[in-house]
Amino acid sequence: MNPFSSGTRLRDMIRAIRACKTAAEERAVVRKECAAIRAAINENDQDYRHRNLAKLMFIHMLGYPTHFGQMECLKLIASAGFPEKRIGYLGLMLLLDERQEVLMLVTNSLKQDLNHSNQYIVGLALCALGNISSAEMARDLAPDVERLLQFRDPNIRKKAALCSIRIIKKVPDLAENFMYPASSLLKEKHHGVLITGVQLCTDLCKVSSEALEYFRENCIEGLVRTLREIANSPYSPEYDVAGITDPFLHVRLLKLLRLLGEGDVDASDCMTDILAQVASRTESNKNAGNAILYECVETIMSIEDNGGLRVLAINILGRFLSNRDNNIRYVGLNMLMKAIVVDAKAVQRHRATILECVKDSDASIQKRALELVYLLVNESNVKPLTKELIEFLEVSDQEFKGDITAKICSLVEKFSPEKMWYIDQMLKVLTEAGNFVKDEVWHALIVVISNASELHGYTVRALYRAFQASTEQESLVRVAVWCIGEYGDMLVNNVGMLDIEEPITVTEFDAVDAVEVAIKHHRLDLTTKAMALISLFKLSSRFPACLERIKDIIVQNKRSLVLELQQRSIEFNCILQKHQNIRSALVERMPVLDESTLSGRKGGSLPTVPTSGITPCNLPNGVAEPAAAPIGDLLDLSSDDVHASISSGGDFLQDLLSIDLSPASAPSGTSQPPKAGTNVLLDLLSIGLPALAESSSSALDILPSIQDNEAPLANLNGLASISSLPANATSPASSGGMMDLLDAFGPIPQNHEENGPAYPSIVAYESSSLRITFDFSKQPGSPQTTFIQATFTNLSPNVYNEFLFQAAVPKFLQLHLDPASSNILPASGNGSITQSLKVTNTQHGKKSLVMRIRIAYKTNDKDELEEGQINNFPHDL
Amino acid sequence: MIKAVMVINTQGKPRLAKFFEYLPLEKQQELIRNVFGVLCSRPENVSNFVDAESIFGPDSRIVYKHLATLYFIFVFDSSENELAMLDLIQVLVETLDRCFKNVCELDIVFNYSKIHTILDDIICGGQVLETRSTEILRAVEEISKLEAAPNAITLIPKSASGWLSR
Repeated sequence: MNPFSSGTRLRDMIRAIRACKTAAEERAVVRKECAAIRAAINENDQDYRHRNLAKLMFIHMLGYPTHFGQMECLKLIASAGFPEKRIGYLGLMLLLDERQEVLMLVTNSLKQDLNHSNQYIVGLALCALGNISSAEMARDLAPDVERLLQFRDPNIRKKAALCSIRIIKKVPDLAENFMYPASSLLKEKHHGVLITGVQLCTDLCKVSSEALEYFRENCIEGLVRTLREIANSPYSPEYDVAGITDPFLHVRLLKLLRLLGEGDVDASDCMTDILAQVASRTESNKNAGNAILYECVETIMSIEDNGGLRVLAINILGRFLSNRDNNIRYVGLNMLMKAIVVDAKAVQRHRATILECVKDSDASIQKRALELVYLLVNESNVKPLTKELIEFLEVSDQEFKGDITAKICSLVEKFSPEKMWYIDQMLKVLTEAGNFVKDEVWHALIVVISNASELHGYTVRALYRAFQASTEQESLVRVAVWCIGEYGDMLVNNVGMLDIEEPITVTEFDAVDAVEVAIKHHRLDLTTKAMALISLFKLSSRFPACLERIKDIIVQNKRSLVLELQQRSIEFNCILQKHQNIRSALVERMPVLDESTLSGRKGGSLPTVPTSGITPCNLPNGVAEPAAAPIGDLLDLSSDDVHASISSGGDFLQDLLSIDLSPASAPSGTSQPPKAGTNVLLDLLSIGLPALAESSSSALDILPSIQDNEAPLANLNGLASISSLPANATSPASSGGMMDLLDAFGPIPQNHEENGPAYPSIVAYESSSLRITFDFSKQPGSPQTTFIQATFTNLSPNVYNEFLFQAAVPKFLQLHLDPASSNILPASGNGSITQSLKVTNTQHGKKSLVMRIRIAYKTNDKDELEEGQINNFPHDL
Repeated sequence: MIKAVMVINTQGKPRLAKFFEYLPLEKQQELIRNVFGVLCSRPENVSNFVDAESIFGPDSRIVYKHLATLYFIFVFDSSENELAMLDLIQVLVETLDRCFKNVCELDIVFNYSKIHTILDDIICGGQVLETRSTEILRAVEEISKLEAAPNAITLIPKSASGWLSR
């Protein structure tokens, strides 16, 4: 009958299951058993009921459904015998959950058992209640549990205490009933009861601020005394774990003290002495001692500031890091991560030890340590720390490289003191782990290189060297190929030689060879090869001597099976052969890429635009990646049929060529300064046409310039002057294109013209220092979309630098922010910044617009932050 | 609080599983599989802690001990001290060891409900109930005696509880 002693049938079942060789066999055995149990249940078999339930629990653990046994649990609980009750409660805890209706039926049995004369049955009931109590049960049975907190037997008292925790978690309102009984548990001498009592108080503090106050006022001294007693108590083997008296009680007491001390200076003062004692006197050569120290440190960190204690605490963590036990190092790092918020300076002192942990043999410790180092880096220590990390990158495991590379790149980008250093570090990372470098990281590097004109020569030579050493790292090859294409002439002529450089002799043929390697290397992917092809094409005008060879290589690719390469090589070949006159103009060096947009992205000024959005760093050399799409975004052309071919092209160099090669649109090619409507588009796309080089930059400025001018009509004039009014000379079709172009630029002026201001402007935000006004407009046909022109005015006498406007909207809205016209806002309203927003209301007509805004800026070298919510939008937007 | 206690053998078979927050059966099995998947790929000589957020959701940690053919696993949240949890596994294992005289996997398999009794005397509702193995054993033995006696309840003199209070 008894599953412990005479349950042979249970043993038989377990044996049978263990003997199964396959899952199918096991299922068969379980199915047979379940069938037999169901049959027994149907016959209402009393004798084997509790053995059957024991079997069901085993079957449940193996993952088979056992719901049909639930009622059996209730029957067993209701029976009189202890073994039946015991197995019934066990089944109740394992097979049922608080949401099931069946549970309602058990409340009555529980109530009876809580009042049973046999204390073991009371214990069973308490244990079950503590595990599965629902809110209703908690309400019904709370008085019984509360009474049991004063039961004569300590085993019942401690179970009742834990049961109370479940009750107050389920029904926080009941907390006040338990406050007084709980505080009397703190005076217990029995360690088990004391542990559970302290735990109950801790949970009471969490659910009820009233309880927290009560314990603060009445119990701190008692708790401190108890902690002192157990900390000082002589060795007593009964409670001892590894030479420390009852570490669990220590831990629980420290936790409760932490809750009481947090945010309360007086309470914190009461406990500083004992915390100092625990922190300095606890043995730290065993796990149990370290558990106490660990808890003590957390308490010291959380309670109100006491400088001396905190240093002590952080030093303990520092010691943890050099402990031989992995677990101790692991928790030490975890805690330092929290401590860095409290006292970064003290943590900095342990930098060397933390760096050692990055090289730990345990991967999870490495990971933690790396995260911690990442948090420790600042402007002053970025150089040595990056050096360490890069050295570590060289020896780290493959699976760890991705993580560490990402961290180094982000650090270097965030804290780099000078461009040369940035480029150097990035080169090291690319050489070491280029395959792990994310696309946006090497895009950013190219932008930086392009902006550092004095370092072009240095960079291209360094890249050439690295490339010669290894072609293993894809992104290194890409950056190298791009730079050779752009600055190849500097490579061969040692232009801009720096003192620290070793001279290097590279002939023009060597440079072409290098690029050829990239094209022919079997392991490099399409993007790299496409970049190499462009690079080669660029070199064709830089190195006239190599022209024939370059042609050869390009011609070889005409047979490429990859469409992209084939098309490019055919097009390039065509230009090389038939369009000598425009070639040098076509392959002019890229205009300097816009770094401010990049740094804007870093600073998060474009929160609603996807990170890869409009940053020009996505377009190094017309890579076949989604380069054109962002430009489309920028100009908002995507909806426009006329320009569909351009935005869908994927590669604007191709577009350029398709226009060039079809004389219909521009009969004389692009050799003469193009001013026709289509060419303005080319301008906008900032293709490296020499004749357009200047105007292209101005064209790119159009967007901001629109925002600069407050009078919308002026914009029209501005635009017209840029394009030199080709409409006069060209066919209606192209002037239609012109109109589209204007559409694309800013529907605001157009709207103004056609519809007039349909919506009143609002002052969206006004403080003593700043005013923001919103002007609204909509495009006919899309009532959901509202264009907002935000104008910022400085009301203070100081200039605002690094002005940054951010906005957030609820889910039913979509928000798109264009870059602001400037990030400097002149003082006293002497000028303003404008910024365009586009809001699409998916619940148009049902809900009106709402927006949270945040404005950050620097004034007098101080960071300022203003926040607000805009609710006064016109209703029908 | 402690969210779950599991004992899994090195083949991935669950030998004991107790969840202190209700989870449907399929979910329990999935978690057991996932935990095993993480643990079996961990090398020796690394820390006993695993980030469990990917398996158990936010604010959860795993501490485990690998002993002979078994993994003893505790899942808990940030309100528990990791190192103390490690000690608690030690308490559980020590108690089992005393109870079964050199416990092995088979003892756990065949004494399934007794193991649950022991566990219920260490952890109740996700909170630590008792940490001394002598005390736990005493309670378990009392229950065993009651189970063995045919008319258990009437046999217990009320004063028998006196030995428990100190």
